[in-house]
Amino acid sequence: MNDMTVLDKAVEIKNTKIAANDVHVYYGDAHAIKGVDVEIEDKTVTAFIGPSGCGKSTFLRCLNRMNDTIDICQVKGDILIDGEDIYDKRVDPVQLRAKVGMVFQKPNPFPKSIYDNVAYGPRIHGLAKTKADLDDIVEKSLRRGAIWDEVKDRLDKPGTGLSGGQQQRLCIARAVATEPEILLMDEPCSALDPIATAQVEELIDELRTSFSVVIVTHSMQQAARVSQKTAFFHLGNLVEFGETGKIFTNPEDPRTESYITGRIG
Amino acid sequence: MSDTSQTSSRQGSSLLELSERTKKRNAAEARFRGYGMTAIAIGLIMLMILVFTIISKGVGAFQQTFVTVQVELLADKLDKKGNRNLDDIKKVTTFGYSPLIRAAAETSVEQAGIATDLKSKDIAGLLSKNAAATLREYVVSNPNQIGDTVTFRFLAQSRVDGYLKGRVTRESIANDKNISVAQLDLVDQLVDAGVIQKSFNLAFIFGSDASDARPEAAGIGVSMLGSLFMMMVVLVLALPIGVAASIYLEEFAPQNWLTDIIEVNIANLAAVPSIVFGILGLAVFINYLHLPTSAPLVGGLVLTLMTLPTIIISTRASLKAVPPSIRDAALGVGASKMQAVFHHVLPLAAPGILTGTIIGLAQALGETAPLLLIGMVGFIASNAPDGLASGLLSPNSAMPAQIYEWAKRADPAFYERAWGGIIILLVFLITMNTIAVILRRRFERRW
Amino acid sequence: MPLLWLVLILIAASIVGFFLGRQRALHTADGNPRDLHSLPSYYGHNVAFTGLLPALIILVIWVLVQPIIIDNRVSNLIPSTAIPENSTLGLVMSDVRRVADGLDHAVSEGSLSSERASALQADKTDVRALLGESGIAVGNDVRPEILSAAQKYRKINHVGSSVMTALVLLIAGGGFIYAYSVTHKDFRARNIVERGVLGLLILAASLAILTTVGIVLSMFFETLNFFSLHSWKDFYLGTTWAPNFRGDSDLSILPLLWGTLYISVIALLVAVPIGLFAAVYLSEYANNTVRSFAKPLLEILAGIPTIVYGLFALLTVGPALVTFFGQGNNGILGVEWMAGATSVLTAGVVMGIMLIPFVSSLSDDIINAVPQTMRDGSLGLGATKSETIRQVVIPAALPGIVGAVLLAASRAIGETMIVVMGAGAIAKFSLNPLESMTTITTRIVSQLTGDTDFASPETLVAFALGLTLFVLTLGLNVLALYIVRKYREQYD
Repeated sequence: MNDMTVLDKAVEIKNTKIAANDVHVYYGDAHAIKGVDVEIEDKTVTAFIGPSGCGKSTFLRCLNRMNDTIDICQVKGDILIDGEDIYDKRVDPVQLRAKVGMVFQKPNPFPKSIYDNVAYGPRIHGLAKTKADLDDIVEKSLRRGAIWDEVKDRLDKPGTGLSGGQQQRLCIARAVATEPEILLMDEPCSALDPIATAQVEELIDELRTSFSVVIVTHSMQQAARVSQKTAFFHLGNLVEFGETGKIFTNPEDPRTESYITGRIG
Repeated sequence: MSDTSQTSSRQGSSLLELSERTKKRNAAEARFRGYGMTAIAIGLIMLMILVFTIISKGVGAFQQTFVTVQVELLADKLDKKGNRNLDDIKKVTTFGYSPLIRAAAETSVEQAGIATDLKSKDIAGLLSKNAAATLREYVVSNPNQIGDTVTFRFLAQSRVDGYLKGRVTRESIANDKNISVAQLDLVDQLVDAGVIQKSFNLAFIFGSDASDARPEAAGIGVSMLGSLFMMMVVLVLALPIGVAASIYLEEFAPQNWLTDIIEVNIANLAAVPSIVFGILGLAVFINYLHLPTSAPLVGGLVLTLMTLPTIIISTRASLKAVPPSIRDAALGVGASKMQAVFHHVLPLAAPGILTGTIIGLAQALGETAPLLLIGMVGFIASNAPDGLASGLLSPNSAMPAQIYEWAKRADPAFYERAWGGIIILLVFLITMNTIAVILRRRFERRW
Repeated sequence: MPLLWLVLILIAASIVGFFLGRQRALHTADGNPRDLHSLPSYYGHNVAFTGLLPALIILVIWVLVQPIIIDNRVSNLIPSTAIPENSTLGLVMSDVRRVADGLDHAVSEGSLSSERASALQADKTDVRALLGESGIAVGNDVRPEILSAAQKYRKINHVGSSVMTALVLLIAGGGFIYAYSVTHKDFRARNIVERGVLGLLILAASLAILTTVGIVLSMFFETLNFFSLHSWKDFYLGTTWAPNFRGDSDLSILPLLWGTLYISVIALLVAVPIGLFAAVYLSEYANNTVRSFAKPLLEILAGIPTIVYGLFALLTVGPALVTFFGQGNNGILGVEWMAGATSVLTAGVVMGIMLIPFVSSLSDDIINAVPQTMRDGSLGLGATKSETIRQVVIPAALPGIVGAVLLAASRAIGETMIVVMGAGAIAKFSLNPLESMTTITTRIVSQLTGDTDFASPETLVAFALGLTLFVLTLGLNVLALYIVRKYREQYD
């Protein structure tokens, strides 16, 4: 067992999926992210933790350029995915976001049927040639979203009719359906009850086999449960980044310790 | 593991190269954006065309052609008894003045050194039919001038005016009995001699309407007063009633079916076609209550009912914007609910109420359809009211009704006046809306 | 104007009452306002309102009811033999009223003594000529029955007014005296006054209901009158509109409804795409600078009075269309399809322009109500903005947009000035948009402003048209408001 972990690690270190270098984000005059450097590995769950307003969500949204939709937002520095600068002029955010999927804080199914919700991404990206292909993708995605059994009999019913937890898993299935390589999750459980949260957390753990998952969470327990790596943000700075176990048991920075022990936040 | 193979189907493709599909989708995106911009552009172009049309066609109404002549006020024609008795002078009708005008017109042509074969009647025909009346008015108010020679600036008749403004051409008058080519030749010479001139026409803004045959004398002033009196009625009735209704609905009304009915009612009244309010006015105020037809009072009442929903909706919005903490604070120091509302909430909501009221008034000012039914169109507004009672009760027109009236008439000379009237109407509306916007900006409070 | 005087007297009395009441309250407290239950001014208001309001309310009710009673009493006096053929009681009554008004006018001018006016006899005096002298034109010769009815009318009217004045003054006086006598330092003046004010507020709020009731009633009874003279089947199911001032007209709404709907459809075809795309662009694409100038500019279009659009249709758009589609070989297209400036297309296009800002600002609100998370969800999946808008935002906003379009349709159907000036006057079923057609609102205006007799079916039909129009637009509005409200609740 021990050898296995070491071997895994050796592979992972070579497998840097996202590399951020000295990233700064400004909202107008406000300096929201102050020089963040981080390397996120493939097939890993990385958790961003920190007090509210520390910039963790902002940084997450930089990774698939969702910040582009906010007029006053400016991003400086380099973010490389597979060695390519995603803020390069030649990069189309649309193509980028197909590669970097995202799940949001509040479940946001479209006011369409469950089937159409999941089929939306594959349709716009032209992933299915035939109806059978599409059916296939939808079923596979719903299975990976761990919701297939609950909805297989009512695929034509509106997605908005599901419970909160089901809606969030539907949104995960929807994100998975576009075959991304990275999955960003912005506090995916904050609007859910404990049971639904447990289901989603279980799902995240399964997703790790196919994707590199980055999750923002305000719950330290959740970070400890689902992630292998944890990054602690404070006031726009990346304070500490490392193995989840180490961050929670033996943090290096006093600020991390204060947060973990509940003195700040 | 079979899943992974599918997931990684696009893995390895570079983000830096756009796929064919992305290019197509971006093109669709650009097209869609283009549709949006086109829609905005169409809207703005329509606005520009509208504004341009109004200004280019209406600005002419503010200029009018005048003929300067020297009239010898012959005593033997105007005051045959020679005793300067005003009653005797008044007995001379406008017909008695025509020969003087004819003579004066002929003289001024001679003095300008122009030779013409036209008869004096045709020369005088260049003047408005109003000229004799203007002259008579002058003589009656200045009887001691009889015997003198006085310089007058008479209105030119509308064809001459149209000729100077380019509306009338030698070709277009082929079948026109009012003017001949020879007369136009004379006009050209008189313009060179400075006898005929175009200048600013104050009478259009302040004057009264004129009959079909004298478009050159028509003005919008009297109907402006009609509109003013209507707006007074609207303001005096709609503001207090609207505010009272809003206070009740927003602050006191219990949640019950009656309140629901009132609310649904107000929402629907705001969307009832204005012509229906006209029918209501005709049936209730004129046929049932026997209020006088064409009276600004009736117009004001109808417009009040029409404006109320607008005022109520905006007043309620501004009452709602006052935070409950203000009410709590007043109640906390022992004020009654009524006192809290009237002493604290209402003053804070006042700017919003005022803004809504001005916008409602502006709407009412431009409304025409209901006025048609209560007889404010087709009436020649020739006399300015001389007081509050006559302003409210004696028949009058209103600005939009006057514009409609001119647009209906056969002589194209009236169209110019209709456009000109629109300029004046829009100046009022723009002023009112600007005041509303300034008020809103100035007093808008963010809680 | 005795009515005005009466009101002025009441107001003056209430002002005096205010000061008296306040003074008395202070007096009972020995001049120390702290001993009073309420602020001194409340005692004043109590006296003023108790005197003024009941009297004013009685006055208003009396003024509203008196005409009904008088009409009833007087019309009983008119024998059925006095009603000529092709006429109705209502028509005779309007003659009676005109004669009565004429007599009043003559008396007030002094050309007729009031005794003589009451004693006039139609077979001895030429009443028509008499009234003509004082500037009152009466259509026919005044028959004896009508004159005596008119005299009766005047008499009841006179008695009614006197009784009303006396009653109102009595109530006012009683109110003042009562309120003054109960004024005492322990009297709960504030509570009474506030209850009164609340009553006034309720009264103001119920005016909305009163207006609706007034609208419905004013049209309902005249519509009944119309249907008693003209078959409702012909009105709703006939196919010809041909009013004839000699009577016996074909009056059916269907050709008018056709014109109305045709023009409205063209207007919506212009306004909905342009308005919707403009709203989408402004709310989803435009940056603040563009929005801050384009939006108010577009809204100017909504603030322009309809008379301006009417003139624009009649004098600019119509003639412009004629240069394209009319004028034969002299025209731009060399075709002769259009006879005059007024046409369905003229009115429809201009109305469409008018509705652009209406559609766009309503849709703008509705699109903005779609939660941002929904857009984020779509963009996060790699959809372009336009894909997000077309496949997520618009479907989500669809109910609201449908509501907005219905409101716009109701506006188009009820619009008057543009069609009066731009659409024409010919009622027909035709598919050609270059022909002139007429609408419900246009006919309401022309039937009610014409010279036809008020009691004839040709005039009364306007009320039936008005009622139909009201019901039609009301239905659309209620439906639209309901849809929009449901839609908003969904995202609240």
